[in-house]
Amino acid sequence: MIDRIIGRVKRVNGPVIEVMGITDAEMFELVRVGEANLIGELIKLEKDSAIVQVYEDTTGIAPHDPVYGAGMQLSVELGPGMIGTIYDGIQRPLEAIRAISEIFIQRGISVPSLDRKKKWHFVPTARAGDRLAGGTILGTVQETPNLLHRILVPPTDQGVLESIVPEGDYTVEETIAVLKTDEGKTKDLFLMQRWPIRVQRPTSKRLPLETPLITGQRVIDALFPVAKGGTVSIPGGFGTGKTMTQQAVAKWCDADLIVYIGCGERGNEITDVLMEFPELIDPRTGRSLMERTILIANTSNMPVSAREASIYTGITMAEYFRDQGYHVAIMADSTSRWAEALRELSGRMEEMPAEEGFPAYLPTKIAEFYERAGSMEALCGRNGSVSIIGAVSPPGGDFSEPVTQHTKRFIRCFWALDRHLANARHYPAISWLDSYSEYLSGMTGWWEQEVGPQWFADRTEIMELLHREVRLQQVVKLVGPDALPDTQRFILEVCTLFKNAFLQQNAYDQIDAYSTVQKQAKMMHIIALYWQRGSEALKNGATLMQLKKMKVYQDIIKMKFSVPNDDLSGLDKIEARLERAMDQMEALHA
Amino acid sequence: MPDAKNSRLLSGREYVGVDKIDGPLIFIRKTHPVGYRELIECVDKDGHVRLGIVLESSTTAVVAQVFEGTSGLTLPGTRVRFSGEPLTLSVSKEMLGRVFDGLGRPIDGGPAQRSDVEQDVNGMAINPTSRQYPRDFVQTGISAIDGMNTLIRGQKLPIFSGNGLPHNELAAQIARQAKIRGTATEFAVVFAAMGVKHDVAQFFVRSFEESGVLDNVALFLSLADDPSIERLITPRTALTLAEHLAFTEDMHVLVIMTDMTNYCESLREISTIRGEIPSRKGYPGYLYSDLAELYERSGMIKGRKGSITLLPILTMPNDDISHPVPDLTGYITEGQIVFEREMDGRGIYPPVAGLPSLSRLMKDGIGEGMTREDHPHLASQLFAAYSYVKDVRNLASVIGEEELTPLDHNYLEFGKLFEQKFVSQRKDEDRSIEQTLDLGWEVLRTLPVEELHRVTDEEIEKYYGG
Repeated sequence: MIDRIIGRVKRVNGPVIEVMGITDAEMFELVRVGEANLIGELIKLEKDSAIVQVYEDTTGIAPHDPVYGAGMQLSVELGPGMIGTIYDGIQRPLEAIRAISEIFIQRGISVPSLDRKKKWHFVPTARAGDRLAGGTILGTVQETPNLLHRILVPPTDQGVLESIVPEGDYTVEETIAVLKTDEGKTKDLFLMQRWPIRVQRPTSKRLPLETPLITGQRVIDALFPVAKGGTVSIPGGFGTGKTMTQQAVAKWCDADLIVYIGCGERGNEITDVLMEFPELIDPRTGRSLMERTILIANTSNMPVSAREASIYTGITMAEYFRDQGYHVAIMADSTSRWAEALRELSGRMEEMPAEEGFPAYLPTKIAEFYERAGSMEALCGRNGSVSIIGAVSPPGGDFSEPVTQHTKRFIRCFWALDRHLANARHYPAISWLDSYSEYLSGMTGWWEQEVGPQWFADRTEIMELLHREVRLQQVVKLVGPDALPDTQRFILEVCTLFKNAFLQQNAYDQIDAYSTVQKQAKMMHIIALYWQRGSEALKNGATLMQLKKMKVYQDIIKMKFSVPNDDLSGLDKIEARLERAMDQMEALHA
Repeated sequence: MPDAKNSRLLSGREYVGVDKIDGPLIFIRKTHPVGYRELIECVDKDGHVRLGIVLESSTTAVVAQVFEGTSGLTLPGTRVRFSGEPLTLSVSKEMLGRVFDGLGRPIDGGPAQRSDVEQDVNGMAINPTSRQYPRDFVQTGISAIDGMNTLIRGQKLPIFSGNGLPHNELAAQIARQAKIRGTATEFAVVFAAMGVKHDVAQFFVRSFEESGVLDNVALFLSLADDPSIERLITPRTALTLAEHLAFTEDMHVLVIMTDMTNYCESLREISTIRGEIPSRKGYPGYLYSDLAELYERSGMIKGRKGSITLLPILTMPNDDISHPVPDLTGYITEGQIVFEREMDGRGIYPPVAGLPSLSRLMKDGIGEGMTREDHPHLASQLFAAYSYVKDVRNLASVIGEEELTPLDHNYLEFGKLFEQKFVSQRKDEDRSIEQTLDLGWEVLRTLPVEELHRVTDEEIEKYYGG
């Protein structure tokens, strides 16, 4: 397959190989090393020597082994057949590898990323004689019942369409159209195209971020929402629920497609996703969640350099679907492992380290990655977006470490996971004090349209209470709760109620796993109402005990479990009952 | 040693004299092209053979580490042979009941194992699609684990301990008592000791002996007075045997590895000598990947009957859970059992800290049909209540117990009972899961029913009222 020898091995140090006698080779060229055909990428060129990072275990590679060049950059194959597939960090389909090498991943296996034999039903929309720019639509393939795969002209090509095949079944390698480029050359187009992973795919323009990515997770949607096309970082020490939060978002968010990157994490977590997603039903389409998911698994025991590449593989796939006019969300779990892979490779190349051994170019790399997110007008004229939700695993749970700090500079939404909440099994353990979202102001319009103007007032009121609670808790720690007047103790009570009844969400409960925005707004309103009417009643002489012992209090605590998303009348009843109870109390003290 | 291996080694070229010796590393110039991670034999002037592997290979020189240390080696008098292949272990079921050194050579006086199956000790990454998600509840008979941090077959669950805490006792108790209810399956224990003292190893041997399971145990010992470099290979040989037993011989294997902190220190030693750029506390940047290579070898495989359950023990230096060793371990393993010195001081065994301990696989292995239907909610309720106890205790230490509200007094009482009745148990006490759960409800009864937000009304009626 590849027989162009570009050099020979000079030195082997783990996944980093020095190559000598380079004649012709290009930067980021895909290479194969040794007779075992290990996949690698050329990452540094200097005179007649080069450095190659190898994406597989290099045991047995010896000096003078040949290095073959593929003549192209490390790229992904983009076309029908990606959805529902699980890939490794360099887009090798793991199921196909399993068919060859059983339990373990053997080295040097070469499997095409897209199935070469499968035929797809292609419906042309462009006609011969049309003038087509790069990124415009040639036709469509109904890949899953809910996803119409739009076949695009590669972004770098443009010209006049000489011919196009009629509607019918084709493989990804059959020519479906011929383009006469402006330079007068003819170019065959296929259902599949290639794109180098380290290069951002072009678009027409960036659009403002004004629509939220609804996740069904109350603490996120109501307090710290993310926009479609936005960037989020979830930092948290081990056991605080990064993976749980990402999986919940991947399951329930209203993106058209999810790219889930398991980067340097546990093998069993991927197995969990593989088992659970096909069973789960997407509430919007009624179809299995796996039909809108692409998985990339480079677990912690798989080669470290492929971990570095996995992030780029994932985002390139996401961009490709964005270019068709879809909203894509990427879960990257965890970007710290990616940064550590950079550090390891940098160390092996004997580069000068900056903070904690990380290379000085770490912030640049992080910025480049997050800047590939955004809401865009694609070249085909449709609007699409890529949202990035990246987990960060700070050593010792210390947010002052370089990866968390540099990531914070380039993201606009921060979901800080809190060890104390996780220890108390308050999930999702997103801290309401340390988290923030810069997207909030841009999206109030959307919310007001969906659920009415009350939402923003309720949210502001409750956020203020949560902040007042912190100060009160400091007093309580010194003198005990009894020293506070009832009006202030009531703030503590309402905050506890809000945490239990609203912020905590049980990912394993049938009803509670996901809340619609309507349910969220109503729930929040009921708690705000309890606060408003309750503090009125206290002023009029009611006691804290009376407010707590109200029957409706227990209903409020359990409303997240008892009221299903598709019938919110239960919440109206609770609200009415609350008003009635408060009226009675008022009458009592009038 | 088997003859086949010897002949293969002899077929390799032999080099007389090395160019530099630095700690456990040797440098040899001008060799034939030598493969990365190739096994070497290093013969000292008295003819003793020491094993090692190639860490770096280039056209000009080879760097190798010698497992048995370099003391007594001389520059001109050392001969080096390259085997042309990585370090392998010949594995078989007959290795159970035997004692080996860190490299897998018998040290119990018995004959060398003979087997046709030779496995590369570095193993290979398990394809995530071949994994079977673990969900079989293992009853350890220990309430703090079964009730709150349930162990699942195929899980990797470390014990984060400190010097002087009873981690060995707990590991031995788990090895003795662990069972899957209602099944009788073939099981084995693989024990890897890295840099632990002789008496610790003896303690485990005795404990296995007393429970009559010694014939099902393979021990790999690289003790405190063995060369520290040997520890780097010990867990790999142990796991190589475990993989064979689990995925070829269909056995359920429990692997106990102690003490991972010593392993990491050896890794740091090598890294420093090689002049690598350190990350935190001088540990190499690849510590995470290296630990993952070990821990990720546990689990279950689709279509295979066996499993590897991994129980690494590590002592947290200065009881600091944010130290790189426990920290990176926690990021890879599926939970952790954390010991608390203060509980140990109060005589509570096992001193399992309630809040930082966690079992990630618990959610799918408990509940109706697996343990009991009330288990998930009960555990969640106990966690929540115990977490509040910690707050109340802090408050009480500032304002005094007298100033607390009656409800807070209830919580204090709950905390006391939880630690003394539920968590605390005898070292030979084997509680069934029902006993554990009933005990949980018993201590919950110190709290008024309005405080129980995480259990359902039906559960309250069935268990709380009784």
